[in-house]
Amino acid sequence: MTNAIRFWLGNAPCTVTGPEAAMSLLDWLRLNRARTGTKEGCNEGDCGACTILAVRLDADGETLVWKALNACIQYVYMLDNTQIFTIEDLAGGYPAGNAAAPALHPMQTAMIDHGGSQCGFCTPGFIMAMTAAATDPATGGPDALSGNLCRCTGYAPILRALEEATPATKAWADTLGTTIRDRLRALDRTTPLHIDAGATRIDIPRTADQLAELCASHPDATLLAGATDIGIWINKGGRTLPHVILTTTATDLNTIREDDVGLTIGAAATWEQALPALTRLLPAAEPTLRRLGGRQVRAAGTVCGNIANGSPIGDGPPILIAANATLTLRHGNSRRTLPLEDYFIDYGKQDRRPGEFVEAVHVPHQPESLFRTWKISKRHDQDISAILCACRLTVTDGLITDARIAFGGMAATSKRAPRAEAALTGTPFDATALARAQDAITQDYAPISDFRASAAYRLTVARNLMTRLHHAHLGQEESVHA
Amino acid sequence: MLERSPKPVVEKPTLHESAALHVTGTATYIDDLPEPRGTLHLAPGLTRIAHGRLVSMDLSAVRAAPGVITVLTAADIPGQNDTSPIGAHDEPLFVTDSITSEGQILFVVAAETRAQARAAVRRAVVETETLDPILDIDTAREARAPCAVPGRTMTRGDAEAAIAAAPRRLSGRIVMGGQEHFYLEGQAALALPGEGPEMIVWSSTQHPTETQAMVAHLLDVPANTITASVRRMGGGFGGKETQANQTACLAALVAHHTRRPARLRLDRDDDMVMTGKRHDFAIDYTVGFDDDGKIHGVDMLLACRCGWSADLSGPVIDRALTHADNAYFYPAVRLRSLPLRTNTVSNTAFRGFGVPQGALAAERVIEEIAFATGLDPNTVRLRNVYENGQLTPYHMTVEDSITAAILTDLARRCGYDTRKAALRASNAKAAEEGRVLRRGIAMTPVKFGISFTATHYNQAGALVHVYTDGSVQINHGGTEMGQGLHTKMMQVAARVFGLPQSDIRLTATTTDKVPNTSATAASSGADLNGMAVLDAATKIRDRIRDFAAERYNADPGTIRFHNSEIHMETGQGTLVESFAAVVRQAYLARVSLSSSGFYKTPEISWDPATGRGHPFYYFAYGAACAEIVIDTLTGEYRIDRVDILHDAGLSLNPEIDRGQIEGGFVQGAGWLTMEELVWDKKGALRTHAPSTYKIPTAFDMPRVFNVALLEDVPNRKATIFRSKAVGEPPFALAACVLFALSDAVASLDDHRTCPRLDAPATPETVLACIERLRAGKSATGHGTKIEVPATDADPVRDPVG
Ligand SMILES: Cc1cc2nc3c(=O)[nH]c(=O)nc-3n(C[C@H](O)[C@H](O)[C@H](O)COP(=O)(O)OP(=O)(O)OC[C@H]3O[C@@H](n4cnc5c(N)ncnc54)[C@H](O)[C@@H]3O)c2cc1C
Ligand code: FES
Ligand code: FES
Repeated sequence: MTNAIRFWLGNAPCTVTGPEAAMSLLDWLRLNRARTGTKEGCNEGDCGACTILAVRLDADGETLVWKALNACIQYVYMLDNTQIFTIEDLAGGYPAGNAAAPALHPMQTAMIDHGGSQCGFCTPGFIMAMTAAATDPATGGPDALSGNLCRCTGYAPILRALEEATPATKAWADTLGTTIRDRLRALDRTTPLHIDAGATRIDIPRTADQLAELCASHPDATLLAGATDIGIWINKGGRTLPHVILTTTATDLNTIREDDVGLTIGAAATWEQALPALTRLLPAAEPTLRRLGGRQVRAAGTVCGNIANGSPIGDGPPILIAANATLTLRHGNSRRTLPLEDYFIDYGKQDRRPGEFVEAVHVPHQPESLFRTWKISKRHDQDISAILCACRLTVTDGLITDARIAFGGMAATSKRAPRAEAALTGTPFDATALARAQDAITQDYAPISDFRASAAYRLTVARNLMTRLHHAHLGQEESVHA
Repeated sequence: MLERSPKPVVEKPTLHESAALHVTGTATYIDDLPEPRGTLHLAPGLTRIAHGRLVSMDLSAVRAAPGVITVLTAADIPGQNDTSPIGAHDEPLFVTDSITSEGQILFVVAAETRAQARAAVRRAVVETETLDPILDIDTAREARAPCAVPGRTMTRGDAEAAIAAAPRRLSGRIVMGGQEHFYLEGQAALALPGEGPEMIVWSSTQHPTETQAMVAHLLDVPANTITASVRRMGGGFGGKETQANQTACLAALVAHHTRRPARLRLDRDDDMVMTGKRHDFAIDYTVGFDDDGKIHGVDMLLACRCGWSADLSGPVIDRALTHADNAYFYPAVRLRSLPLRTNTVSNTAFRGFGVPQGALAAERVIEEIAFATGLDPNTVRLRNVYENGQLTPYHMTVEDSITAAILTDLARRCGYDTRKAALRASNAKAAEEGRVLRRGIAMTPVKFGISFTATHYNQAGALVHVYTDGSVQINHGGTEMGQGLHTKMMQVAARVFGLPQSDIRLTATTTDKVPNTSATAASSGADLNGMAVLDAATKIRDRIRDFAAERYNADPGTIRFHNSEIHMETGQGTLVESFAAVVRQAYLARVSLSSSGFYKTPEISWDPATGRGHPFYYFAYGAACAEIVIDTLTGEYRIDRVDILHDAGLSLNPEIDRGQIEGGFVQGAGWLTMEELVWDKKGALRTHAPSTYKIPTAFDMPRVFNVALLEDVPNRKATIFRSKAVGEPPFALAACVLFALSDAVASLDDHRTCPRLDAPATPETVLACIERLRAGKSATGHGTKIEVPATDADPVRDPVG
């Protein structure tokens, strides 16, 4: 049977097709599989109560990629070729029946020992997120928990449990490697799938060429990458998507390429995958990039999806615009490349023609410059920006020769600040230039008031961030988040 | 000063009774219960305007939608269309004519699946007529809108005269926002029809007895036909004291009509739009004082937003009044409340129940006096804290005040004075060098009155069974929402019988086991139910003891229950029998091994009409100190360090109590900082999901968090093993975060002006306060109010594709 989604749930191979394939993973687990350990706290990716563990085989056919994902905004059709674990799979050791394995997973034991659960509703989601984090040496501490909310504990005992059980959890994951690799290798990863899931048609291409052909012949279909934006339309907007084409299954788009021109991020690459390369290229942007969503959102959401979505409050666009990124759009076999800023035409309107899709975003090597990005929001982690500011100043012989300043949250699109850039270009960055840039910023933008911030606050902060930029120029930048 | 007890009476800490179930995902919540055959799934249809009239409702397309079995409205209610918990009859379950808030229920759909029910709701054609809504405190006051419940005045002495005669006086206002509970498990219920009128309702409720009563009224059946049950909630925080009733009633109504099981779990956004929240307050104060910082008289007007119905607003505001002194003696005082009715969700109980709001105003008054006199706020605090024998504004004599001792102890432990001096110096240096970060520190105490002000609520029941194998089952009227109540109750029974906790089984809170219970609220769960469990268990133990004395010829006075054994002195020397063996013998000898238990709190009284009495059995105390750093360019901040010293009496379970303190504090800090509820001009809540309403994450925890329990200081009252209630008091400790932020802001004009920082102190509010001070304007004490235009376009909720 080819036209079905195939994956592993714990020790059970699963083959799903028809309307079931269009269910959210969370509903499918709870309703169809009676796996009620995975909880629903919000159904929109923001609380982490539904976190599950997903393991996939990298393009090399060897490396296993462990991720924590929010099951509420994953759909069963996104799980082809995936090994899933839910909280029910952790206890009792693994593989099942291994008598030597302890009854509880080390992360579970640590949560009990440290009093990490009070009402317990958030607990399974935390444990799954913590288990995923333990497999990733680059995460730990609060960042590992950035996608999970707990209203009871205040987090201290959970952080203690995470620290204590991380080494044992890493070892646990290592012992599973061979089994999972064998399972995933045995699944078919090359035949495109077409699934008729009742009200929704789903196309799963395996290559960029197949994707290009599908897009061109079905210009009205919805392209779906990580579904971290689309999931909200479905779950909260009540939208049924008549035709969905997946982008992330095109393995040749799951690429992060670093060469002498710069960095190319393919349409299927997630924020989590892109983070190391982006950090190498734009080290100063790392703290901001780590605040884009929480861990689960960065593990699912793609860089290109963030751009394609065209939201005026997306964090990716201003950063990438300041870095002078370009975008490649593809229609069939023809491609065009444009400066990223030109892609955003107006609120809800991007320069994407029918049948086109975003194939990749390119970030060139950066000149010697002062590069800064700042995200202002009510909460540090997993909050949408009230203001996002990204600046790149090239200073030669004491004069600013090039200024790129882009803001999110200040206009109907991510937008550059031409007047402020002009005010800074061709002068030394002194008090006069600063004052001119501050005044110019208030003319560059006419932001709106919403529940995240008032227009006045947005403008004041935009001005003040010019001061912060000046401080950075002087090597005196300070931040409470440092 | 503190009376220390000679020996620690504390049990060895035991972990949460459900911890192993929590971590394996096998602890069941309402939506996890296995589905009985034929279960229907519900979704409510809600009002989308804040004020107006229902003109017509065409539900034919809803009824015709796939999977829909029935659609019910007010016309389908056999009994009363009323869920007012206080009998005010101002809270219809379904709208019939007038619409007084967004999120009121118009109809409920029952379908074969939840997805079908939710999809069907969208097909309703509802026509309404819109009236201007009254949304906030200012507008309600201007419009002289009627109050949701009568306002109250509490006086002692002649406040006006005392203030006039005082050497100095000042007035101001503090504004503080509301708060969404954000229990992780949303409202949920499952109703199972039984024989005839019988029905079982599993509900995520803090108050099963009220759920039972509401369902009975709704269906017009006697209470003895309805059983309400809850094993645990995924968080409550007051948000399921009355707010669970609507959900339970809808499920019951469908079950009644269809004779099929009916389940409703609210979608998170619906939950946030429908259910009440913490009351926001605007409190005007005038205080007379002298150059030594001594208060002479206080006059306060506490205005708050109640929302569209009375709900629990009356008792919440009473508690705000009774705690508007926090820990300070007001020689003459007048406190008035103004509970305003508005076209917003009906605000309700939330951890602290008005105390955090009242206490925050008291702390602002202290802060004002400190700025006016140039004294350190802690000096002002210590000069005004209660001494034993002094009277509260409600004429109760304070007999157990330990605030001064706690403040002094904590200041010493956390090095308040030296750190404060160092912060001042570092701020001065930063100013000199043109740097942008400023630091602040503040310490605040809390004195929290324990007992329900509704005196009749201060009773509890329990039911204990000992089975013939020696295993024990206990049941009591309290509900478990994560606070560890059940664990503590098991500890009590274990101690009485000398058994390990593993031999005690605790079963779901159910109205057919223990009837006529009070809400698990007011931090009173362990105090009340613990004594009831103690009573029941002791009765059985005494019967076993008497039986053993007779059977084994032992001296009853020597019989000890210990280590799963019964030790007794007989004529032949010491005899040790296993508990199970003696129990078996007792059964054969026809000794009753089951008992109910009962408790009512002594000494308390309260006259709501005069605002006088002895409403609290005792006070719980604590203090906290916060150090923060702010960015003067953006208003962003971080909590660097928090030190807490808290009084749990002789803690029943220090691990659990520490969890309550840490969790309560972080929740309180969220209330005062990032948690902001925003309604647009039409009265639609714009922060109705965790995407837009932000509660603290792990990152927001204080970087250094030192929590200590006051050790070996027993409750002076004969509470359960001399412990103190601990659920709510720590929430109010978070006030120090707001005042630490204010301290940092104040550095911008060299601490000459009280910044009057309001809450929630979002980065925007902090920056506005900074700008005010920089502009040299005398602060006016009004939080920034964001005017949010009503629009359908919400870039996050409706992303553009
Ligand atoms: C809890 C939560 C927190 C979030 N926090 C942030 C945040 O802090 N900052 C932020 O910027 N965003 C945030 N987001 C939004 C979202 O995660 C990002 O925008 C993400 O990068 C979107 O990528 P995706 O792959 O999930 O896109 P999808 O949801 O799959 O798609 C988004 C849109 O892009 C289109 N699309 C996707 N790929 C292509 C393509 N190759 N060509 C053409 N069109 C395409 C889709 O059709 C759709 O219109 C958050 C989301 C959630 C749920
Ligand atoms: S349920 Fe909240 S993130 Fe999925
Ligand atoms: S333990 Fe209750 S939400 Fe985390």
